[in-house]
Formats: sequence, C-alpha cells, structure tokens
Amino acid sequence: MSPTLVLDLTVAARDVAIALTVAQGETLALLGPNGAGKSTVLAAAAGLLRPDSGTVRLGDHTLSDHQTRTWVPPHARRIALLAQDARLFPHLSALDNVAFGPRSQGQPKRTAHEAAARWLEEVGMTAYARRRPHELSGGQAQKVAIARALATEPAALLVDEPLSALDVEVAPDVRDLLRRVTSDLTTVIVTHDALDAALLSDRVAVMHAGRVVEHGETGRVLSRPTSDFGARFAGLNLVRGVTSGGALRMPDGRLLHGIAESDLGQDGGPVAAVVAPSAVSIHLEATHGSPRNSLAASVVDLEPHGPTVRVRTDLLSADITPAAVAELRLARGNRVVLSVKATEVHLHRA
Amino acid sequence: MSFLRTNHHSYAVRSWSAVAGLLLLAACGIGAGADADTNSTARQQSSASTPDRTLTVFAAASLQKPFTQIGKDFESAHPGVTVRFSFGGSSGLVTQLSDGAPADVLATANEATMDQATAADLVSGQPTPFVSNTLQIVVPQDNPVGISSLTDLTKPAAKVVVCAPAVPCGAATLAVERAAGIDLKPASEEQSVTDVLGKVRSGQADAGLVYLTDVAGAAGDVKGIDFPEAKAAVNTYPIARLRDARDAALATQFMAAVTGPQGQDVLKAAGFAAP
Amino acid sequence: MTQLSVPKWLLLPAALGALLVAVPILAMALSVDWSNFSSLVTSEASTDALWLSLRTASVSTLLCLLFGIPLAAVLARTAGTAATLLRSLVLLPLVLPPVVGGIALIQAFGRRGLLGSTLDVLGLQVAFSTTAVVIAQTFVAMPFLVISLEGALRAAGTRYEDIAATLGAGPTTVFRRVTLPLALPGLVSGTILAFARCLGEFGATITFAGSLQGTTRTLPLEIYLQREGDPRAAVALSLVLVAVAVIVIGLTRTRRYSLTAGTP
Repeated sequence: MSPTLVLDLTVAARDVAIALTVAQGETLALLGPNGAGKSTVLAAAAGLLRPDSGTVRLGDHTLSDHQTRTWVPPHARRIALLAQDARLFPHLSALDNVAFGPRSQGQPKRTAHEAAARWLEEVGMTAYARRRPHELSGGQAQKVAIARALATEPAALLVDEPLSALDVEVAPDVRDLLRRVTSDLTTVIVTHDALDAALLSDRVAVMHAGRVVEHGETGRVLSRPTSDFGARFAGLNLVRGVTSGGALRMPDGRLLHGIAESDLGQDGGPVAAVVAPSAVSIHLEATHGSPRNSLAASVVDLEPHGPTVRVRTDLLSADITPAAVAELRLARGNRVVLSVKATEVHLHRA
Repeated sequence: MSFLRTNHHSYAVRSWSAVAGLLLLAACGIGAGADADTNSTARQQSSASTPDRTLTVFAAASLQKPFTQIGKDFESAHPGVTVRFSFGGSSGLVTQLSDGAPADVLATANEATMDQATAADLVSGQPTPFVSNTLQIVVPQDNPVGISSLTDLTKPAAKVVVCAPAVPCGAATLAVERAAGIDLKPASEEQSVTDVLGKVRSGQADAGLVYLTDVAGAAGDVKGIDFPEAKAAVNTYPIARLRDARDAALATQFMAAVTGPQGQDVLKAAGFAAP
Repeated sequence: MTQLSVPKWLLLPAALGALLVAVPILAMALSVDWSNFSSLVTSEASTDALWLSLRTASVSTLLCLLFGIPLAAVLARTAGTAATLLRSLVLLPLVLPPVVGGIALIQAFGRRGLLGSTLDVLGLQVAFSTTAVVIAQTFVAMPFLVISLEGALRAAGTRYEDIAATLGAGPTTVFRRVTLPLALPGLVSGTILAFARCLGEFGATITFAGSLQGTTRTLPLEIYLQREGDPRAAVALSLVLVAVAVIVIGLTRTRRYSLTAGTP
C-alpha cells in the first residue's frame, strides 16, 4: 500500500502555508483558482522547492524538515510528478521516455525497456512506443507521461492540472486512465476544475491565497461547501447510485441519464454522476423533452452565489438568476421539478 | 578610417567588377557621416594657418621613432605643413601603394622592396640611400645562457628566435649564417623584427637576431651583442619620391631633410649608420 | 518561396551586408593564380601549416568542450554577482584583441611567467611548442562554446530537468541524459564556432607561441608570412582556409536543421 504523505509547510516568497495529510492510497484534490499556491505545494512535496519551514513526510521517511535540516533531493524521494504539459523528453522515443525512470534507478537497459513496454501497454500506447514526442497528440503524450511516472513505481504521485492542456474530447479518456492508476496510489491532484476533483479524488482541499480554506470528503465539499470561497469555487452536484442500462439508478429508483465518462460496467455496479449547478434548471411543473432529466425535488435553501442564486434542493443544487427566483416565487420547502440535459450529466464508475 | 581608405582604393583599382563599384558607392554612402566628420576636423586643423599642405610618408616600421621626430622638426620648419606617416612592413607598404594608396614619399628598409616599387612604376626619379642598419644579437638583460658570439646561438640549450626567411630581416639572417658557416635551429621564425624583439624582451627566448636600431630602442630591457659576421648583411634604406605625389616640391624638401645633417643626427641617435 | 515577412526596405541594407562579405571573398577567388594553385597549396610549408592547423584546432576544440561545457552549465544555472563576474571573465577573450590575449598568456605560461617555472618543474615546455598553440587557441575559442551553450541551456530551462529528477535521476544522470541532449543544437554550433575560431587564430598564437614550420606555424601564420614572400601563395592558401570555413559553416547549418526538426 502506498504510504501516507504529510505536508506541513510554508513558502514565504509565495505566501503559502498549509498542513495536509494524504492517507495511504488516497487521492487528494487540491482545488483552487490560478495563483492560489497549489503548484507551490506540489513543488515543495516533490523537492523542487525548499519550504521555509515545516516538514514533508512520506510514510516513515522524513523528506524535508526545516528544524533538523533534513533534505532529501527530488530524485531520492520516490515521488513522481505529472506536469500540466506532458513534458516528455523531446529527444527520446515514447518507450525511452517511459524507460527513463527505471534506467535512472539503475536497471539494465533491457529490464527497463521491458518495464516501459508493460506500462505503455497499461496506458494503451503500445502502438506508439517508437514515436517521438512531437509525433504524439496532446492526449497521447499525456498518457505516455502517466506511464513514465508510474514506471518509476513511485510511493506517491503528484499531478498538476493534468487535463487543462487537453482538448475536451480527449480529456475524459485521460481522466479515466488517471482515475484507474491512482486508485491505490497516494496522490495529490492539483486542479482548478471542480469536475476533475469530483471524478478523481477521495477528498478535496480548497486553496485560496496560499491557505487551505476548506477540506473534507469530496462529495461533501463539492455539494455542501462550508466556506464562502469553497461555495463560490466548488459547488458540484454529486449523485451516487448503480448502473442501469447506461444510466444511473438512484436509491429511490429514479433514473439519471447522462454521458458515460468511461465504461460503466455491469448493471448494478456502483456509479456516480456529476452535474454542475449551472446546468440545472428549475420548473414548477414537469417539462417534456427527451434529452432532459426531469426530477421532482423540494427546495432546502436559497443563497446568493455571485450574480446568480444557488437553490439547494434535497436532490441537486441549481444556479438560477434572481429574476427566475422571483418569477417562480421560490421559497424553502417548495416542490419543484429539476431539469438537466443528459449531456450535462457526467457518469463514471464509483 | 585608414583601414577603410585602404580598402576603398584596393577595390577601386580593380576594374573587374561593377559589383564592387556598387559596394564602394554604398559603403561611401553609408560611411559618409563618419568619414565626413573626420575629414572636416582634419581640414579645420590645417586650415588654421595657410597655406594648407599635407605630406604623406610611407615608411618602414623601424623608422617610426626617428621619422616621427624628423617629421615634427619639418613641420616646425615649414609652417602650415602637416606630415602624416604610415609605418609598416616594407613589402606591405609597397603592396598598398600599388593598390592605389595615396602617398608622396616612400622609405623602405631594404633595396629589394624599393626595387619592387620602382618596377611597379610607383617611384619618380632615383631612390636615395639614406641610412644603413646591421644585425645585432639581442639577449635579455641577464643573458641567461651566456651568449657572446654568433656561434653561441647554436648551443642546444639556447632558445633562439629569428625572422622568417621570407621577410627582409630573415634574408639578412640567412646571409650572416652563411658568412659564419653555421646553421641555426631557431625555436621560432617570426614575422618581423618587432616580434623577435618582443620574444626576447619577455624572456620567452634566450636570444634573437634583430637590427641595431631595434636594440637601441629597447635599451634597458635587452642587451645587444655585436658580431663580425654582421657585415655580410648590411641593410641599406632607400627613400624616394612617388610618382603620384600630390606635392612633389614638398616631398623633395622632406627627402632633403632626411638626408641632411639634422635628419642624419636624429637617425644616428636611433642607432642607424650612414649608408 | 514563402511570403516575405520582413519590411521590404530591410532588403537593401541586407543585400549590402551580404555583398560586403561576398565581394572580397569573390575578389580573392578571382585573383587566385589557378594555373599554379595546386603547387602553391601543396608546398611542404603549406601542407605542414594546414595539417598543424587541423590538428591543433581539433585538440583545442576538445579542450574547449572539456572546460567549456562545465563552465556553461555553471553559468546557466546560477545567478547573482559572482556568476555575472565569472561570465564577464570567461567571455573576456571574445572582446580582447587576440594579441592582448597572447601577451597575457606569456605572462602566465611564458618561461618567465607566473606559472612558467611550475610547468618547467612538471617537465612541460610550453614556450615555442605546439602546446602553446593549443593553449592560445583554447583561450580565444572557449568563449564561443560557452556563450552558445549557455544560451541553449538557458533557453531549455529547468522544466525537463525537474521532471527527470522526480523520475529518480540523480544530478549527473540528468545532466548527461536530459540537459546536454536538449542543449545539443547549441552545443554543436558552439563547438563548430570554437573550431572555426581555433582554425583562424592568429594574434595570440604569433604573440605567445611563435612561428616555426610544422611546430607552431599554423595556416593563418603561414598566410601572413607568405604575404611577404609569395603573395600568390598567400592568396591561394587564404582560399583554402575559406574553403575549410565554408565546410564548417555548412556542417553547422545542416546539423541545426536536422536537430530542430525534432522539436515541436
């Protein structure tokens, strides 16, 4: 099992001060806007930046401790880093890129190449082994980069905005791969996209101006953020259930239709759906139209959310305009019908 | 400026190319600013007193010190006259002249180069020999390997530098070697006497063969040792007026100043002997 | 031809600049005494000089690499006053007249120089030896390698090096397998520039090493000497040197294209 990663550090130059623990095999999403200090945290964990104070520990090993002047250089940390851009070494083939880690750890060329071939197969890139990075698309390169990071058999994985540089069409594919490979690995994923956090992480820490402002289980933080900033920045609907003919069956038996991010597996298997509140509209009566999910719910709460009003219901939250709130005369306890396009519902295996 | 000028002329003379002409035109156009500036300052200086006369003298590098002095004396004796010198290797000077460099007087370090100038129809009238120069052994002040004669230069321990046979001082070196019946194994065959002197002066070499005048010029740093075989290669310096001289009268007056008693005194003080 | 992407008026000064270089070279080629060309350039003095030039330039280039690569790496990856001072120092031969370099070398490695007696004790006779030529060439050529490689290293940045480190590669492995390969175009062009500079070295060599056929008289020295003796040979040998230089530049161009083709 991948060890626990403890980050308790400050970086004065970037005004970052955080304390986070990523449990064994857990994936923590570090969510926040650009400039919140997320990448600084990753750099400090990887050893590419020296914190001004505090400690970084991985399992029983202290990687950096300001007080005891302990410092383990990046190459000895067994922490792999996946960058926003794939950053494949341009002068090496895909295979040699993946073999780089094993070779650097002293494995003979042949063993390293065998390991690299296995990892390329794992990410479905065997056919591209001989290609140079400039001959790969963004998504392909990112998959090779994932294979390269994993080929070092890291004790922990750091992922920096892995999908932001990718086209929307290929992002789900890579996201699914990431979800698969990080399932048992202690992982920190930096992202400014709440959807990534929802789909990839077990827990979410929301960062703002160098501080963690909210921290908790992913479903809870995204659907019921307690901090103002968390509410503004996060706020995603997460619905759990089981597969049923390509849709999600909620515990009450109702179906939620959506787009499968990946193969949902056999009927009855656990799945989750992610829906942005802005994709949910509210009606007083059921609407008719095949692409929409129409679901009855009751209003729990109303609160301002930027220029819109976030309407919390016992099922999904919806962001609607104040004018719509007035027109619908919404108030706590009202029975309403929620409507959301199937294309706005992201389904994935839980 | 002088660099540009030399090139201008070497291009202008070659008639093969309209292209070069074009380039020249362009170079003049672009360089006009800088050129005009320099020219106008020169003009202002000389126009301070009339008449405005400039004499250009091309002279062997070894003449630099005495000729500069003679030039100053000449200027004070002839108000309004400016004497400009271009000092360099004799063959190089002749090449520049045949490429069209403008000058009034040429003084070379040997007769062979003057003969080349004559053959190229650059010279007006008969060249006049005005000084002679002989070789001398030059050693560092402390004379580390104890050189006292020409044959001492063949000591295996001695690092000796001489001029390359292709240059005049090297030809003279060969002549004295033959006269003494020795075969020097130099550590280096230098381009010019200045280079030989420099190597001895810095202690890189233990001995060298240079002209008496060079030793005189470096007195204090080096010691000169006379040797009888030097008579085998006495170098005579001729001076001549050039055919394209812009001020023939002034050129003749300058040559008279060089060959006259006052000029000869200056040259003797610099180590030169009478021709 | 693709659409011209520079202002048209630039073409005039550009053409004049090209002519400034082309016309003299062409003029020299035209003035070569072709009927005697082969005998002029195959004389013993000429072939000795060419061979000596090629040998010393090769050894000097190797020394430039040996010292210049580490220097460039240190300069590219450090900041601060000390680095700035070190850079100015290392690049000094670039702006010094070579003859000044020669004088400085005499003061250091000459028989009466700072290190001369130490070298004597070690049995190294630098004065008037081919070693002196190599020292002079290395002295003047190394900055070309350093400046070119440092630029390439800075341009490449540390992004790939960081990733390599997180993949478990120690500093030496990173340098060997990532840093240098990424800076290879700069390294190659720097090496070729340094070689060309070695080949053309004149002032420092004649000042510091002297001029003796087969030992210290490299091709430029031979050309300069032949100007006095046999100007036709000087022109012919100059053309040989131009040919070697053109081959060297040609190598740079082709190498550069083939290398950059590999980067996105």
